[in-house]
Amino acid sequence: MRQIRMTVNGARHEAEVEPRQLLVYFLREGLGLTGTTVGCDTSSCGTCTVLVDGESVKSCTVLAVQADGWDVTTIEGLAQNGVLHPVQEAFHLNHGLQCGYCTPGMVMAAVSLLAENPSPSEAEIRHALEGNLCRCTGYQNIVRAVQAAAAS
Amino acid sequence: MAVTEEKTETYIGAPVARKEDAKLVTGQARWVDNLTLPGMLWASIVRSPHAHARIGSIDTGAAKAIEGVVAVLTGGELAGDWAGPLPMVWPVTEDTKNPPHWPLATDKARFAGDGVAVVVAESRAVAKDAAELVEVDYEPLPSVTDVARALDDGAPLVHEELESNHCYTWPLEGPEEGATERAFADAAVTVKERYRQQRLIPSAIEPRGVLVQPSPAEGEFTMWSSTQIPHIARVTLSGTTGIPEAKLRVIAPDVGGGFGSKLNVYAEEALCLALARRLGRPVKWIEERSENHVATTHGRDQIQEIELAATAEGKITAVRVHITTGMGAYLQIITPGTPLLGAWVYAGAYDVDAYQIEFVGAFTNTTPTDAYRGAGRPEATYAIERAVDALARKLDMDPVELRRRNFIREFPKTIASGLTVDSGDFDASLDRALELLDYEEARREQAERRERGDATQLGIGFSTYLEMCGLAPSRILGAIRYAAGGWDAATIRCLPTGTVQLLIGTSPHGQGHATTFSQIVGDRLGIPFDDIEVLHGDTAVVPLGMDTYGSRSLAVGGVAVWNAAEKVIGKARRVVAHGLEVAEEDLEYEGGRFTVRGTDRSMTVKEAALAAWTAHDLPDGMEPGLEGSYVYDPPNFSWPAGCHIAVVEVDTETGAVDLRRYVAVDDLGTVINPTIVDGQIHGGITQGVAQALFEEAVYDDAGNLVTGSMVNYLVPSAAELPAFELDRTESPSPTNPLGVKGVGETGTIAAPAAVMNAVADALSPFGITDIEMPASPERVRRAIEEAGR
Repeated sequence: MRQIRMTVNGARHEAEVEPRQLLVYFLREGLGLTGTTVGCDTSSCGTCTVLVDGESVKSCTVLAVQADGWDVTTIEGLAQNGVLHPVQEAFHLNHGLQCGYCTPGMVMAAVSLLAENPSPSEAEIRHALEGNLCRCTGYQNIVRAVQAAAAS
Repeated sequence: MAVTEEKTETYIGAPVARKEDAKLVTGQARWVDNLTLPGMLWASIVRSPHAHARIGSIDTGAAKAIEGVVAVLTGGELAGDWAGPLPMVWPVTEDTKNPPHWPLATDKARFAGDGVAVVVAESRAVAKDAAELVEVDYEPLPSVTDVARALDDGAPLVHEELESNHCYTWPLEGPEEGATERAFADAAVTVKERYRQQRLIPSAIEPRGVLVQPSPAEGEFTMWSSTQIPHIARVTLSGTTGIPEAKLRVIAPDVGGGFGSKLNVYAEEALCLALARRLGRPVKWIEERSENHVATTHGRDQIQEIELAATAEGKITAVRVHITTGMGAYLQIITPGTPLLGAWVYAGAYDVDAYQIEFVGAFTNTTPTDAYRGAGRPEATYAIERAVDALARKLDMDPVELRRRNFIREFPKTIASGLTVDSGDFDASLDRALELLDYEEARREQAERRERGDATQLGIGFSTYLEMCGLAPSRILGAIRYAAGGWDAATIRCLPTGTVQLLIGTSPHGQGHATTFSQIVGDRLGIPFDDIEVLHGDTAVVPLGMDTYGSRSLAVGGVAVWNAAEKVIGKARRVVAHGLEVAEEDLEYEGGRFTVRGTDRSMTVKEAALAAWTAHDLPDGMEPGLEGSYVYDPPNFSWPAGCHIAVVEVDTETGAVDLRRYVAVDDLGTVINPTIVDGQIHGGITQGVAQALFEEAVYDDAGNLVTGSMVNYLVPSAAELPAFELDRTESPSPTNPLGVKGVGETGTIAAPAAVMNAVADALSPFGITDIEMPASPERVRRAIEEAGR
């Protein structure tokens, strides 16, 4: 077991973890933050995307011990004081989700994109979200949601 | 008492934002994997790496020796736990072969991924570690994975006792015997085409999961499962496990996509129940993606032969079809029946005189097939729409003109296969789609590129599909040997504070049922959208239901909701008439308010609900409370139709196919929520495009699934797709009071044919008429090379 420290959604945590534990399982099972979901075992689907220092990271590609000292934001940390983040709001208003399983990862990837590029073109949005799979929406309303969030 | 807001808007037809979203965008959903119970154990399945192998000894010693392992059980050791095999409820013929399918294999593994043992441990990681230490002595056997070879002489036998891999032969001919043969004998023109429907992996982004909580003292079990069918799972798993139906509660919590792959009753559900019963502790199993690829049902897998007979003017007179369809190694819940869901619509939107079709089901050493979005109808649409293009080529006729010469134009129309199409206007959707596309301009650009020998060629492909959905009239289901009915049930309960609960027997996995049903209830009863709570997916809360598949939730469930609301209104009218001391006939009803004709005296449904609850002054003999229930059995299927047009660019040097435009004009009857309907169409088209261009489950010669992960099974991302251009025409269904039709499968049904017709159109200068799906760069480039260019 290894000792790690991590700031998650503004709260500081210290924990003992198995060296082989993935960050996503530390978040879900260690901290009870089940908003971040697991959709594959090959880092293909992107449902587990979180922000590390504001940049999107697939939390299944990182060991919890590697994240020692990191500042992580999960979907639970996005809304502030009960007010949805503009990207969350835009997904809701533009029907950018159906079953919602990919949504936490998709929202985090979109937040990261807009931080880098505040007014992306449709092609840039589609390219930036390439690592996040959705099986329900055909992406059309996800793209629309990101455009709306960019405009807001 | 809290007073609720007054309703001010009309909901039906409005793009109301979904009430489901708040928890989903904030990470508060309740997926099975988010549930944890005290004392919970984890199960991990040991799966055969061989496509076909005799199971010898199984050494569980090393696995049991790991700290935290609670039990390791083989198929043989669990054999006594079953009251019956896993369910198959659609034996399509009297002699359909259904070899017993046990939750774990005992004698042989019959596909790569077949479960042979299960480990139960204190944690997810320990269960998985231990599963890897179970030593199974396999004797590999020759295997067959290709459905086209399954019925060959000398093919390896999946089930030796059957003496062949034949599962069933199911014929249909209409309107009378011999008509098809006569039509072909008299035909001026015929075409015969052969298509392959590759195997697909449904790939819901949430893998499956099961959690069972036993209550040993009472012999009761609660099972949370990522399922589309909690009610069907309950009745059938009672049969598999011997747990009395009344002691089994099944809950489908938030479910992350299904697409038919969760329309099933799976080994892991039975196993978790049996293990929880043995161990007296909660047991959880969560599927990994690589497991999902082998252990969750696949779709399609057919070899199709279709022949059209036509006059010299292009009037199609007869359709004759032969399908060989892969069952996989076992029959899951509706494996044999799934291809037959297309059996009535292989003539598409066209008015033909004669129709003959035969399906032959065959076992292979592969993951069982079953429903995948569209289930039988994408295959049917593909065959007829591609064959119509082949006929157009033979007649040297524009494919649009040929379609127009054959459309059904009078409704209701009993088609040659024997069912009755409720309503439609196929010209209207075709006209609108052509207009959106600017067909003439597209053909002009195509001609220019051909003329100058451009390396990038343009193709335009049509799919003027006709779909049957809204499963289904119970009598018809009985006549085709399905074991249950096709009704659904709704209860509307008006609470004394003015809010309303709707209990509905279909449960969603992304479709936005709570929103759509709230729109119906809200308008009908005059209740604000936010004051309606929709309950579903729990057999203890909603005991009656037939669950979610076949685009039925609105076309069947939604009509049950409407009719339940009518019952509430009927009782409220009696309460109000009594309260206002007038005759019922003197009351006018609109939008939740009863008004005494010619006066301003009125009372609302909400007020009636309170009066019915206090029951201080009800008519003599009336039961207190205001609620209404309705079980709706549809008199017919619903029949969406429309026109989808794909425009592709094919790079003839690299073989790459780029979907440049996609125009879809659908006729779905009355639309309750256009935003949700558009979303269904977008997602459906995407899965159809994926079949045409990207996805294929591939087995190697040894029977291994090569596409075992999302790395090599290519679920498309946003980057591979254009924005789709949608519009609608509207022919309300005359068979239900809402006028609605189903929408969940439409896009997937229409799209593969449109895209592949476009690919073939782009390659026609090379003399190429067909590319197998998916039209990968390799396949396209090879076809061009073989064509000598």
